[in-house]
Amino acid sequence: MSTPFTPVSPGSALPGPPSVPATLRNVPHRGGDVNPSAEALRQKFGSAVQRVDVVWGETTVVVDRARVQDIVRWLHDDASQQYDYLSDVTAVEFRDLEQPIEVVWHLRSLPFRRFLRLKALLEKGTPLEVPSVFPIYKGADWLERECYDMFGIRFAGHPDLRRILMWEQYKEGFPLRKDFPLRGRFSRAEQLRQALAANPEARYSMEELSIADAFEDLPQDMRTRIRSGEKTGE
Amino acid sequence: MATIKRTVEVELSTTGLDPQGRPMRTPLVTATDGSQVAVQAPPALEPELEGEHMLINLGPQHPATHGVLRLVLELDGETVVRCIPHIGYLHCGFEKIGEYRQYNQIIPWTDREDYLNSMGNNVAFALGAERLFGIDITERCTVLRVISMELSRIMSHVVWLGTFCIDIGAFTPFLWLFQERENIYDLLERWVGARLTTSATRVGGMAADIPTGWTDALETFLARFPRTLNEVDRVLTKNGIWVGRTVGLGAMSADEALNYGLSGPMLRASGVAYDVRKDFPYLDYETYEFDVPVGSSGDVYDRFLVRFEEMRQSVRILQQAVRRLPDGPINVDDHRVILPPKSKATSEMESMIHHFKQVMEGPRPPVGECYVPVESPKGEKGYYMVSDGTPKPVRWRIRPPSYVNLSAISKMVEGHLLSDVIAINASIDIVMGEIDR
Repeated sequence: MSTPFTPVSPGSALPGPPSVPATLRNVPHRGGDVNPSAEALRQKFGSAVQRVDVVWGETTVVVDRARVQDIVRWLHDDASQQYDYLSDVTAVEFRDLEQPIEVVWHLRSLPFRRFLRLKALLEKGTPLEVPSVFPIYKGADWLERECYDMFGIRFAGHPDLRRILMWEQYKEGFPLRKDFPLRGRFSRAEQLRQALAANPEARYSMEELSIADAFEDLPQDMRTRIRSGEKTGE
Repeated sequence: MATIKRTVEVELSTTGLDPQGRPMRTPLVTATDGSQVAVQAPPALEPELEGEHMLINLGPQHPATHGVLRLVLELDGETVVRCIPHIGYLHCGFEKIGEYRQYNQIIPWTDREDYLNSMGNNVAFALGAERLFGIDITERCTVLRVISMELSRIMSHVVWLGTFCIDIGAFTPFLWLFQERENIYDLLERWVGARLTTSATRVGGMAADIPTGWTDALETFLARFPRTLNEVDRVLTKNGIWVGRTVGLGAMSADEALNYGLSGPMLRASGVAYDVRKDFPYLDYETYEFDVPVGSSGDVYDRFLVRFEEMRQSVRILQQAVRRLPDGPINVDDHRVILPPKSKATSEMESMIHHFKQVMEGPRPPVGECYVPVESPKGEKGYYMVSDGTPKPVRWRIRPPSYVNLSAISKMVEGHLLSDVIAINASIDIVMGEIDR
């Protein structure tokens, strides 16, 4: 039987004989070994790299939000970096509402066994928008959609940026923002009233209903309602 | 890192690559003249209906969607042309709730997201929180945590395999495997008192030490469990129906799997030997001897083989862990996070103050952030925690492996038959509690 795929082994780009990484112990709070990619980024992108921190052994590079896609693309493509794996895309909003919202990318280079945290700061009062890394990592699709759903951060260049965990007609805002109350904005009674008033059929999007002529099979009144853009729960 | 040997020689033909670069593998059948030929798709029965597409809604109440996943499928005959997944029916806002809880109070929430791997989640959370507090745990606690992680890995894989069998139509292995799951639950119940929602760890240690005689019970289980595995192996691995229903489905190449961010058995089945336990080790995993099974074609059958072998490797790790389990305390000697014993708290002033501060305010980590990934049964799981120096995290982010794995489902099912969607979906090993959080 032929093997159509070449097995990929992590750590293959490291110099010397195959090494066994060890469990980290006594990790210092600040300082320690800096990921060499941080220095390489500084040399390559200059002032677009705003700050490099090492916290609990992990290197964080704060970059200019406009250059995120260039930087990630370089990290992914360059033979001396090879960040081939996107672990996570998320955001952090602080309790101090003056502090900027941080968008966080967790990147992993399997050939070099490196981990890098990229951050872009979104100052309050500026539009919450960063470039999407979807053209580089397909895995960013749902991660960016979730980040948009929870924080309202728009990822420019994402092909299908819509809500994913909350329903598409959800109108209360962005749940993980600090100004969003834990119990939600609407009272339980209001939430119940909205749920009962919803049209279950209209949960199909127009795109879905256009498939397979299903739209033509719908009753006349429902077609009219959907054509006029009516949504559930409104 | 070892590659698994296929214990089975299934006659397969790799007829080439499909337009997406995935290998097309079809089982061989014996033709009338005795030669082996690849199975051919039957011609369309009603040619006049070609080009007519149908929309069907799979889930959210369909039993084979493992929870409340809804797939909107566009079908051309029986072939899936497009798949639009919808999730979020189980969204509970765990991450939001975590911002209003102290670190130890979050541990019960970690049980409830990936509820098949609750103990593993407890350990993953504790590891992250301990990095945030700057604590190194004791020797005994490390080994106990390895035991709990590997037990929950077996538990999760056993449930996955059992339900996968049911989805494809094999009922018997389901019963055998759930019997073993029951045995693990009995072990957990003796240890922490709960079966499903264990909440076994605390920041800096464990909620409870193992009771007397527990390791003997574990060893009895470890002696018996491989026999069940062998039985299931004999029933499934070479079974013609099983092979026919799984081979060549939903294949992902190594590059695609990496690009889609797949992790765990899904990634390893595609030929990428990335295992967090080997590459970014924690809990001294580098000192245990175990192999990482790696597949070669990234199809449903390879995922089955990889997970099956992982259970055997987990048994190996557990045997080593039981042998090396040292004596000593399970909790660190750190009054910031570990409550003093009751006798001291009521008799010594110092201990009473620590007790009071911990209960009333909660432990305060320094300002900082960390992300400690672990190898959960579903893949790379980690908790990203950000602290601003208060007893409650500013942000508690779950990196959900099955969420990212599921995001590739459209890519995997398109071009396959409707009945194969069930098999492909089952092979991802999704837990909706973790996906929707």
